[in-house]
Amino acid sequence: MSAGQRKTRWRDTEAANGLLMVSPTAIYALLMLAAPLGTILLYSFLTDGYLEIIRDFTFANYVEAWTNELYRSVMIRSLGVSMTVTLVTVLLAFPIAYFVSFHVEPSKKSLWLFLITIPFWTSYLIRVFLWKVILGYNGVVNSGLIGIGVIDQPLDFILYNVNSVVITLAHAYAPFAILPIFVALEKIDRSLLEAGQDLGESKFVTFLRVTLPLAMPGVVASVLIVFIPTIGDYVTPQLVGGPEGRMVANLIQLQYLKLDNYPLGSAIAVSAMAIVTLCSVIFVGLNRRYLKGPK
Amino acid sequence: MTEKPTMIAFQDVHKYYGDYHALRGITATIRAGEFFSLLGPSGCGKTTLLRTIAGFEGISSGAVMIDGRNMAGVPANQRPTNMVFQSYAIFPHLTVAENVGFGLRKARLPKAELATRVGEALEMVGLKGYGDRAAHALSGGQRQRVALARALILKPKVLLLDEPLSALDKKMREQMQVELIRLQRQVGITFILVTHDQEEALVMSDRIAVMFEGEIAQLADPETLYRRPNSRKVANFIGTMNFLPAEILSEAGGKIEIEAQGFGKLTLEAEQAPGAASGDGAAVGFRPETLTILFEGQTASDRESMAVIEEVVYYGDMTYYDVRLDGTEKPIRISMRNVFGRPVLDIGARTRVAWSPGALVLFQ
Repeated sequence: MSAGQRKTRWRDTEAANGLLMVSPTAIYALLMLAAPLGTILLYSFLTDGYLEIIRDFTFANYVEAWTNELYRSVMIRSLGVSMTVTLVTVLLAFPIAYFVSFHVEPSKKSLWLFLITIPFWTSYLIRVFLWKVILGYNGVVNSGLIGIGVIDQPLDFILYNVNSVVITLAHAYAPFAILPIFVALEKIDRSLLEAGQDLGESKFVTFLRVTLPLAMPGVVASVLIVFIPTIGDYVTPQLVGGPEGRMVANLIQLQYLKLDNYPLGSAIAVSAMAIVTLCSVIFVGLNRRYLKGPK
Repeated sequence: MTEKPTMIAFQDVHKYYGDYHALRGITATIRAGEFFSLLGPSGCGKTTLLRTIAGFEGISSGAVMIDGRNMAGVPANQRPTNMVFQSYAIFPHLTVAENVGFGLRKARLPKAELATRVGEALEMVGLKGYGDRAAHALSGGQRQRVALARALILKPKVLLLDEPLSALDKKMREQMQVELIRLQRQVGITFILVTHDQEEALVMSDRIAVMFEGEIAQLADPETLYRRPNSRKVANFIGTMNFLPAEILSEAGGKIEIEAQGFGKLTLEAEQAPGAASGDGAAVGFRPETLTILFEGQTASDRESMAVIEEVVYYGDMTYYDVRLDGTEKPIRISMRNVFGRPVLDIGARTRVAWSPGALVLFQ
């Protein structure tokens, strides 16, 4: 290597180019994500005063967040709701992804994916409101069922409780769950399925022994994509959850905006994050043998 | 040699994909223990035919019999066949041993016996000790061996090989050809190979079916196929064949009298016209190595013609000459081995060419 080459200015190197390319995103992420997160983490260890934050380091907020019966029950409910939503969504998404990948003509697959994204054409808020119309006391479901004489009293267990939250969230996140599973299924070499049958297994057993394990990376991605955001969802429980459907995000909003208790709100937020992280890590850990994949 | 029993019988098999007629009345038998090849250009239906044996492809009419049993309605997982796929279809989420043992799970063998049998199968294909490797960490040749072991461990009546060597480089391919022949002799299972490589088919097979456009054009052993192809199409697909126009003068008592350009009046045996030939537009065909360019002082063992050398292609061990026989319009190809003492001739040289009527084949 000649001396001239070694003297190449740093800003011409590949590393510098790379840094230059990621820096706008990196700066944005630092300002908009890392800084607020740091602030919340900091708040969670400070003491609440009336209308102000006292700069006394304390664990009291965490003790409160983890021992208070109300907070704990809301947290458990949030976990339960988002696990149910995840289960329902992924279980419903898998057959759809499977159908599009295996039974739709290749030329029509993009049309199907396009159709699956139609719910995104309207805003999330409007979709949640629509579920209110569908599930309400005088809503589409109730008046329909009364109209055809199946029931004579409106069903009240379908709105303003946990059920309606699960229904609404499962619908909202379905496309997010379908797409990763679809991608994983598309990557499966079809001759592997023939090989499974050639080696004496039925179609169903071949599905269990070949298709399903190879689709697991997509299923894991779907689970995380649905589970992580739903646990912190705010709008849906607020609009269709009623008092029994409140989730942890509503509680944090209450602490911040109604009770003006930033430190406790922060402590609950950080705790929720920790729980989500823990659940996700455990889940990924359980499935790590499917995620290794070929290099 | 006693005739071996029939393993597979195709009885007027037709297959349509919509309007497309992929298999057009295939009737053939494959004998037990035979190394049989389906040879043809891409799109000729050879893979489709193989897949009708495996049960991945239904047939529109006719019958496929395996070991005397009609396979209509028998799904792939209940047929006594196993396949080595073109892509090898190694399960990427399993280890080598799990791949090889995949089909044995239904047998519910004790763990130790399963391990023994997987070990034996791996040893048979030369992959002893590879059991714990991840499938995706294997080379192309190793994947193929795993695919072979995985199929043979189930002791099928028929092993189907769908262009198994096409993804390998030349050296590897030649090595695997020899190994496949050895394996076939060792296990005695009927092997059916699909290939578009005529050389591969000639090297490996006991018998070959040459297919064009959904039909079997000729079914014969490699030597017959090479020496006595029954049509120009088969002749051109397998090796190189020269053609010179000929006229049929008379046919009687197993002898055919012809007049061929460059060769003059000749009498051929009936077996030298394996395809029916009559009237106008006939031709005689001959392989490049059946003619000899004589050097000075060498005498012909049979017949002799004069020719001009028009092109010389030197290959080291061989030289290919394009020569034009006196009285003909287009050049023919002659290949000569460059044995010690034989000079390589120049373009434009006049030379004597030795030939023999027995090497000629008459085509329509």
